[in-house]
Amino acid sequence: MTMAGRMPEPYGQGSGANLADILERVLDKGIVIAGDIRINLLDIELLTIKLRLIVASVDKAKEMGIDWWETDPALSSRARRDELARENAELRERLARLDPDHELEAREESEEES
Amino acid sequence: MTGLRYVYAVCHPFDAPLQAQLKGVAGDPPRLLSHHGLIAVVSHVPERDFSEEPLRRRLEDLDWLTETARAHQSVIDALTVVTTPLPLRMATVFRDDSGVRVMMEAREDDFRRTLERLAGRVEWGVKVYAEAEQQAPAAAPKPASGRDYLRQRRSQVRTDEDMWQRAEEFATRLHASLSSYAEDSRLHAPQNPALSRASGRNLLNAAYLVPRDSSEEFVELVDRTKDETRAGGSGMRVELTGPWAAYSFAGEQS
Repeated sequence: MTMAGRMPEPYGQGSGANLADILERVLDKGIVIAGDIRINLLDIELLTIKLRLIVASVDKAKEMGIDWWETDPALSSRARRDELARENAELRERLARLDPDHELEAREESEEES
Repeated sequence: MTGLRYVYAVCHPFDAPLQAQLKGVAGDPPRLLSHHGLIAVVSHVPERDFSEEPLRRRLEDLDWLTETARAHQSVIDALTVVTTPLPLRMATVFRDDSGVRVMMEAREDDFRRTLERLAGRVEWGVKVYAEAEQQAPAAAPKPASGRDYLRQRRSQVRTDEDMWQRAEEFATRLHASLSSYAEDSRLHAPQNPALSRASGRNLLNAAYLVPRDSSEEFVELVDRTKDETRAGGSGMRVELTGPWAAYSFAGEQS
């Protein structure tokens, strides 16, 4: 307890500590050791991403520069993604059939619109 | 109670008693498991929440997660008062005491090295927020024409841009001066306002490793900048948290 005497009063800690401060440290920092109960790293990372998604609207997250889930297939509905890819391929094929000379242009336009 | 073993931290043996009413995750008071001259701080936790499948589900339950994270932190916090703990990541769970001992033996050298590096040091968190000032409706006369409107809009945008630039510069300068005072520093990602419930944009979110003995000066240093930002309606805010266990410095060698 002698050490405690020299310390300044705690700031913003205890039950009033901001949840983000606590989760940031408890979940994201600290020593990583694989226990007997396997919670692999990816799970915790996914979890924090999910939390961000739960608590922030997508727009807000984008505003803060968090947008990497958009390219992470694990975080978007695989089925929907596949569906979109298939639809895209079909559309491109149809465009190419309609106007074979301008395939590239048509492709660019269709991407801009989507 | 049997059950699994939840490990909060590893530390050197210490004499001072832990806070008497201290409860860990799942309400079990933390116990000290001594092995090879090191201490693992451990709670017994039920399998129904902490074995593999339930834990996976529980971790996605924000209420459960919040409660567990706070319990974890309160044990680390209590340890920080009496010693220098090496905090483990939340939800490090073993089947029994001997599993914990095996882990301690395997990591013994790492633990000792890191404990030595962090001994007598704590972590302080410093954040800078900035907020564009809401223009008071009275201050801006109603635009008489389209051109007026555009002129007003342009000047508002320019004022905002100036503010953001000043705030960025302030944050950079603050980080530089605090880093030079601290033994080590880490920059964290800006915080999500929905989780932190803080207003304004989080421009700087940093952690500083500071010896306990010079913590008071560090806090004063931060307090002085707080006065500076409060002075002129700058739209900036400096927030200090701590002392934390050296979470941000425990994981990697620097």
